[in-house]
Amino acid sequence: MRAAAAPLAAALFAAPLAVLLAAAPARAQEQEKLPHPGWSFDGPFGTFDRAAAQRGFQVYLEVCANCHSLKEAYYRNLDGIGLSEAQIKAIAASVSVPTIGDDGQPAERPALPSDHFRSPYPNEKAARAALNGALPPDLSVIVKAREGGPDYVYGVLTGYADPPAGMKMGDGMNYNKAFPGHQIAMPQPLHDDQVTYADGTKATIDQEAHDVVTFLTYIANPEMETRKRTGVKIMIFLALLTGVTYAVKRKVWSDVH
Amino acid sequence: MAGLHKSEFKNPVVNWIDTRMPVFTMMNKEYAVFPTPKNFNYFWNFGALATVTLMVMIATGIFLAMNYTPDSTMAFDSVERIMRDVNYGWLLRYAHANGASMFFIVVYIHIFRGLYYGSYKTPRELLWMIGVVILLLMMATAFMGYVLPWGQMSFWGATVITNLFSAFPLVGNAIVTWLWGGFAVGDPTLHRFFSLHYLLPFVLVGVVFFHVIALHITGSNNPLGIDVKSPQDTLPFHPYYTIKDSVGLCVFFMVWALFVFFAPNFFGDPDNYIPANPLQTPSEIVPEWYFLPYYAILRSVPNKLGGVCMMFGSILVLFVLPWLDTSPVRSAKFRPIYRGLFWVHVLACIALGFVGAHRPEGLWVVLGRVATTYYFLHFLVLLPIIGKLERPLPLPESISRPVVPRGGGPLPGGATAKPMEKP
Amino acid sequence: MSVTAPTHGSGHPHGVDQGKRDFLKLVTGSAAVIGVGAIAWPLIDSMNPSADVLALSSVEVDLTPVPEGQGITVAWRGKPIFVRHRTAKETKEAEDVKLSELIEPQPDSDRVKPGHSQWIVVIGICTHLGCIPLGNKPTDPRGDWGGWFCPCHGSQYDTSGRVRHGPAPLNLYLPPYAFESDSKIKIG
Repeated sequence: MRAAAAPLAAALFAAPLAVLLAAAPARAQEQEKLPHPGWSFDGPFGTFDRAAAQRGFQVYLEVCANCHSLKEAYYRNLDGIGLSEAQIKAIAASVSVPTIGDDGQPAERPALPSDHFRSPYPNEKAARAALNGALPPDLSVIVKAREGGPDYVYGVLTGYADPPAGMKMGDGMNYNKAFPGHQIAMPQPLHDDQVTYADGTKATIDQEAHDVVTFLTYIANPEMETRKRTGVKIMIFLALLTGVTYAVKRKVWSDVH
Repeated sequence: MAGLHKSEFKNPVVNWIDTRMPVFTMMNKEYAVFPTPKNFNYFWNFGALATVTLMVMIATGIFLAMNYTPDSTMAFDSVERIMRDVNYGWLLRYAHANGASMFFIVVYIHIFRGLYYGSYKTPRELLWMIGVVILLLMMATAFMGYVLPWGQMSFWGATVITNLFSAFPLVGNAIVTWLWGGFAVGDPTLHRFFSLHYLLPFVLVGVVFFHVIALHITGSNNPLGIDVKSPQDTLPFHPYYTIKDSVGLCVFFMVWALFVFFAPNFFGDPDNYIPANPLQTPSEIVPEWYFLPYYAILRSVPNKLGGVCMMFGSILVLFVLPWLDTSPVRSAKFRPIYRGLFWVHVLACIALGFVGAHRPEGLWVVLGRVATTYYFLHFLVLLPIIGKLERPLPLPESISRPVVPRGGGPLPGGATAKPMEKP
Repeated sequence: MSVTAPTHGSGHPHGVDQGKRDFLKLVTGSAAVIGVGAIAWPLIDSMNPSADVLALSSVEVDLTPVPEGQGITVAWRGKPIFVRHRTAKETKEAEDVKLSELIEPQPDSDRVKPGHSQWIVVIGICTHLGCIPLGNKPTDPRGDWGGWFCPCHGSQYDTSGRVRHGPAPLNLYLPPYAFESDSKIKIG
């Protein structure tokens, strides 16, 4: 009977489960596989490529920021991509943010590093009114808010193409390989030489997408480098602690049989 | 009058307190010299691990609550502020969020250990039932905690789970409206869930206390499932099990840290980083992994009330388990048929977990129904029957003599025994 | 557990063993204490001012709209800062006070920035029990010494923010600040 139970269990649950799980990725294959260009922040020791993140900030500022907010982030957060205090101050000062004037009326003032990134639209209604009813999502945590993370955002930015023959596109919709359902309201945002990089890097679509995804991943996880560095130390400490604790355990138990 | 306690502690301050309130004597009795079966394997670590997890969750939770705002317009942003601006806020939140998953991993292993070694059987029925209460409280606490970040999954998870109560005839809708404090999940719901999420862990501490009291009355079960017969079968809890639990704790912290520092969102759903939108449901609503088996049972029944009853029933059946299992033998080690069925049951639960994670279509539905059927069959039919039919293997004479009595003198062990020299 | 001192190099396995065990225990115990400390620190530190609070710890104040003889109040770290534009007469009086007359003797030159002695910048919190003194608005009473007057218990300060009449024991505190230009200061 004991010998019979294992095959019974296997027949009942394990086998069909294995079959179904094997079939699941196959079904996912039907969807376009996300590209994985390889990221500087991959892996337990990964860090943000500062130059890429700074170029990415430029892409965000010149392209994305026209529609997408970054409302959880502050200008001061730019120190994490290697910008100096003076640079951050200048960047913030070039943007004006709403305030209340001395006369009590709405007014504008130059932003400070301690201000949140200025949103392109004052509220959701204004955004929808300006954009044909579509709402551009806030990008503060976008790489954490999508299945596939950075690969997905990169996939959408580089996934524009002509719709396959016979596909009926909705009014004002664009075909995109990575977007679920393949119909996206956002027109292709990046083109070759859309921005001019100060460091001379050639601004291809792939390069721009790669850079802005690096920047957005930083904005979504500003703690990442500290987190991983702390994590490595903690793992080493815990491994040593486990070792000595186990040694003590062996000693304490050595007289028990 | 009862009179003062006669304390044996030497330290005058300790002695003074102990004479008037013998907490030190109690701690010494329950945690230092407490006679514990000497043959525990590492599966007996998990009760201690769960206790430590509860303490870490309460500690991180208290400090998170200092920075969290339970208001539907501010909750999401306040969590982001914790992640970005509060000193070590990211560590507190990731430790707390992954801690929920760790807590369930530990408690589920603890439960299955009890099932395998028959820890629910007489005289430990009440101990087991208190444990089931702990599981229910944990589930309620985890569910309400998941609502607090006020992301899409928070909101729609709260909507779906609270709507379960609408299945009950007549009073169902009134109950749901009462839970919500409105006509949909909203601001009042968030406020009360925060309040209860803060309260329940302390209730949990109280129930854990009862769990330990009950444990210390009956004494621990052990891998052989036989009773302790003499002091030779036991060891003082300290240092033998304090150090053994510490080893397990170190390994457990490593697993926990691995997720917190290197894959903090592994157990999470990306949709919960999208602020709650009451007007749009995410394309797929999936509960956290630890609820998936129950979710699968719920969906396996093509009837609203039936599904809800089966889902609650899957936990309530555990309350009567001590009376459903008719075998007097505790450990599965000596129950050949039960041991096989135990593993079938484990596989059924795992299968239910996977079913819960997939859309209910095609073979998944079939597998879900078969596994659900087995889950209840196991407890309600098979356990009562095989307890009568099964022929258990011969039980060892005692814990000190695990297999068959051998020649030679008594083996060393017990509270005070210590070998005079190394053998 | 009884502790046996390790015996000297003799073939006494028990004693040596015991010593080794105690050393191991010591190492493990200390490591565990460090570990608990490492867990406790993030909890404690999370109660310190957070990054968004610290980012607001400096404010710039434009002085151009403040006429002579008047003052403004600005908030810095949740506290009121009094910025007073003193008249030449007030400045002169503040500088000429005999130090022996003061409750907490301090020359005016220690309380203003060199070259900007017409500006006095103080934290507007009475050193007695934390009330906010009057005197920064033109309509407020300024007390007998022309500075500030605390309505709670009647403390009076002069135009340099020095306490002249109790019960306050100390002069008004000075915030850290610097002149960025002749008409702009940065507090914090």
